[in-house]
Amino acid sequence: MSRTHVNCEINGDHVDFLSESGASLLNALRDDVGLMGVKEGCGTGDCGACSILMDDRVTCACLIFAPEAEGRTIVTIEGLAAADELHPLQQCFLEGAALQCGVCTPGFLLAAKALLDNNPTPTETEVRYALAGNLCRCTGYDKIIRAVLEAADILAANAATNGDAK
Amino acid sequence: MITVKFSASLRDLTGDDKEIEVEAPTVRKLISLLDERYPGIGDRLSEATSVAINGEILPDALYEAIPDGAEVHFLATIAGG
Amino acid sequence: MTMTEEPTGAPSYKWVGSRSVRPDGLDKVTGKAQFGADLKLPNMLEGAVTRSPHAHAKIISIDTTAAEAMAGVHAVVTAADLPDLAEAGAKTDDIFMSEKILARSKVLWEGHPVAAVAATSREIARAAAAAIVVEYEPLPHVLTVTEALADGAPVLHESMMTRGVDPAPETASNAASRAVHERGDLDKGFADADVVLEREYTTKPVHQGYIEPHACVADAGQDGRANLFVSSQGHFSMRAMTATTLGWDPSQLNVTPAEIGGGFGGKTTIYLEPLAVRLSTKAGRPVRLVMGRDEVFKATGPTSGSHMKIKMGITNDGQITAAQIWMAFEAGAFPGSPVGAAGMTAIACYTVPNFFIEGFDVVCNKPKVAAYRAPGAPIIAYGVESIIDELCLAIDMDPIDVRLKNAAVEGTQASYGPEFPRIGFVETLEAIRDSEHYRSPVPEGYGRGVASGFWFNIGGNSTATVHVNEDGNVNVITGSPDIGGSRASMALFAAEEFGIDVGRVSTKIADTQTIGFNDVTGGSRVTLATGKVVIDCCRTIKQDLRRRAAKTWDCEIDDVEWVEGQAQHASGTETPLSLADLAAKASRTGGPISVTQSDNVRGAGAGFTTQLVDLEIDDETGVCRVARYTTAQDAGKAIHPSYVEGQMQGGVVQGIGWAFNEEYIHRTDGTLDNPSFLDYRIPVASDLPMIETIVVEVPNPNHPYGVRGVGEAGIVPPMAAIGNAIERGTGCRLNDLPMSPIRLLDAINHRH
Repeated sequence: MSRTHVNCEINGDHVDFLSESGASLLNALRDDVGLMGVKEGCGTGDCGACSILMDDRVTCACLIFAPEAEGRTIVTIEGLAAADELHPLQQCFLEGAALQCGVCTPGFLLAAKALLDNNPTPTETEVRYALAGNLCRCTGYDKIIRAVLEAADILAANAATNGDAK
Repeated sequence: MITVKFSASLRDLTGDDKEIEVEAPTVRKLISLLDERYPGIGDRLSEATSVAINGEILPDALYEAIPDGAEVHFLATIAGG
Repeated sequence: MTMTEEPTGAPSYKWVGSRSVRPDGLDKVTGKAQFGADLKLPNMLEGAVTRSPHAHAKIISIDTTAAEAMAGVHAVVTAADLPDLAEAGAKTDDIFMSEKILARSKVLWEGHPVAAVAATSREIARAAAAAIVVEYEPLPHVLTVTEALADGAPVLHESMMTRGVDPAPETASNAASRAVHERGDLDKGFADADVVLEREYTTKPVHQGYIEPHACVADAGQDGRANLFVSSQGHFSMRAMTATTLGWDPSQLNVTPAEIGGGFGGKTTIYLEPLAVRLSTKAGRPVRLVMGRDEVFKATGPTSGSHMKIKMGITNDGQITAAQIWMAFEAGAFPGSPVGAAGMTAIACYTVPNFFIEGFDVVCNKPKVAAYRAPGAPIIAYGVESIIDELCLAIDMDPIDVRLKNAAVEGTQASYGPEFPRIGFVETLEAIRDSEHYRSPVPEGYGRGVASGFWFNIGGNSTATVHVNEDGNVNVITGSPDIGGSRASMALFAAEEFGIDVGRVSTKIADTQTIGFNDVTGGSRVTLATGKVVIDCCRTIKQDLRRRAAKTWDCEIDDVEWVEGQAQHASGTETPLSLADLAAKASRTGGPISVTQSDNVRGAGAGFTTQLVDLEIDDETGVCRVARYTTAQDAGKAIHPSYVEGQMQGGVVQGIGWAFNEEYIHRTDGTLDNPSFLDYRIPVASDLPMIETIVVEVPNPNHPYGVRGVGEAGIVPPMAAIGNAIERGTGCRLNDLPMSPIRLLDAINHRH
């Protein structure tokens, strides 16, 4: 049984781990790195619950072989908030009741972050299509979309005052 | 006197009786009385059955008191999801 | 938007009815919340399950030697490792549950578990599960009620004689039972009608579609006890069912509730838990057992497919005079479909003087169905609400006016027996009728549909503990898994009762050793029943706080009032004492401040909803876009409006998926063709508009705050509302679910 030594950056830290051949990045993040915020909903890239950012692109971790993470920059839900402050997306989800069971929430937050990083002023339709790869069964999406639009407004206002988009 | 109304599912035991009037101070006594009159109904009414007394649905109602003049129905216990 | 009926003298609340941030929310947005698969214990093994590839077969032999010999495999279990409940003379339901967990002599559906393995890694466990050699003798199978009820159909259970048929049958069949509801004179009723319609409907099995697969971790000790960490809708119920299957006493198991990633009824029963515990006892190590998504589709409990025949009559001025319903629901491999509840809810919204409703519970070679949000009601409502709409069209009368004319109200004798107390059905109809959506014109190329729905809601057993910390902050401990935001409501109840900021209330869902018994989270019961025992705790504590203040002031308890979070002396001569003041000195006034209450709560209030949908219909592709959707539902009192709206919206969207796309597709060999989210298509964000909610509040007189359950009723009308919109937009009436684009296109093309 041979394992591959993988070196990458996760949530701002250099991390290395040993990955089974054939293991997905989802399995490696949960089992080898210990980041349980990345959820398995289907394991086949259909639900988006395992969404992470890899080199700034939203990606299903279940569709990436763990060794492919070599040299990449990865952000999981554990890396979204600052030490003492939630990201506006997280705050808007809480205030807007944009989660019920919460299992899809990490994936949605990262997918929404990727959207807003690329398109700071999306329309409702653009938000809906950008998040079409994330399944939610509890909310019917209404409050999720509203929370993302609200967060977009807050981030835009912050950028205007600070000149800093992130 | 209380009035007991029978659902159609009990018709094989109660025959043409759609309702009857009896004296019964508790659900337990009522079931016992009904079982004397319609043999076998006692077991049927104890299986996953709720009781509605004057419109209020009560699961697990065996020891419940029945006020005089009340209307009583036996219903299948509802499970939710 | 909320439309509230204020009873005279109704108080206005400071916290109840506000949109506080839920106390468990932070962990969920930061990835810290622990779901069923997230627990890692030292020395933990991973499990895998061997499942039947056949829809129906005898098990000739099971050979586990190759699996047991594999390096890394620590335990293998088969039905031989569970008590034979049939031999032990157990109840039939318990025997069936045990056979569902592990097949003993027959497999009854593709995916039926035959063995389970625990090994040092998931890969080894799966390889070992695949290395278990099972010799089968395949048998002919039946997949639908029509096949199962046909003459000469292969019988799943040799001793199954249909209950509820007179005279009782003497040969076995696949019809487990028959239930009947009857009133009045059907022939007279149809004779009184000016228009009578007869229709047939079919629906397919659909899955609750929770995003989190089933998962648990079992840790058995050498003392005959085990800890079980599981995401479920009711850990006490999981404990009881797991114990029964293992032949244990419930108290040998301590069950800790994980956060649950969706349930909707599908997680009110066991699948993996006895396997995980038994593997753990055999291995002497903790075992984690998690389902893959394909296993969730193949081997958990969707809701029934069905065949329904409905005949209904109406007068020209809109009075429904008679209804006749025959229906057969698929139970799956073991009896227990929700056909009984369907019979009770079918025409519960209306006063129909003459009816005959007959429902059959039918087994077939598919997974045993489990509860799915208002179980049974959405299926029959598809037929009833569709035929009512056709009758409205036939007499050229507005569908809301017809429903108003026949609406059940307080005092109506419900179709299932007792009289309704105060209910809010009419108010939901009026809310839709008066809505801007309904008053707006139907755009060109669109169809507009209306439908209504009902669900009983239940009460039941709950226990809660409330204690006050030395700093005056409050802990609320319950035993009801939170599937909809109920912790937020519990915190609001405590805040309101004590008169303190909701931020000073924390909540926790405790394990089976720590809190008293609780029924499952389901039946829309938690805000009502668990809420009520939480309120009881708070009120008992307030009495105690008044006593403690009286002791502090050396006065009579009658001189003390609890007002806005403080004990106040009636004369105003004493400085008020806050919760923190009294808690800090609790030792002087009787010891720690803590109360537990439990109750079998009664007085649940029935829930009604009326819904309205506009579809933009493309008659070249059969694709319908949901352009606008409004739902009005009676919540009694919305404790946390955002989570009430969330329940309404979530139910609607599940109904939209059920209407358009969702179905189990079986191959002729009885295997499931679409066990993945790719091919079992649930709605995504780009399919939908915002879901407009009108929260109607007709208070439930039996609850301190007027609460009615809201979790379930929302899923009941959407399929019919959509079917009605399709007919009104295209002239095509679809009577089979799902009403997918390809089926609608076919109907459109055959329209002329």
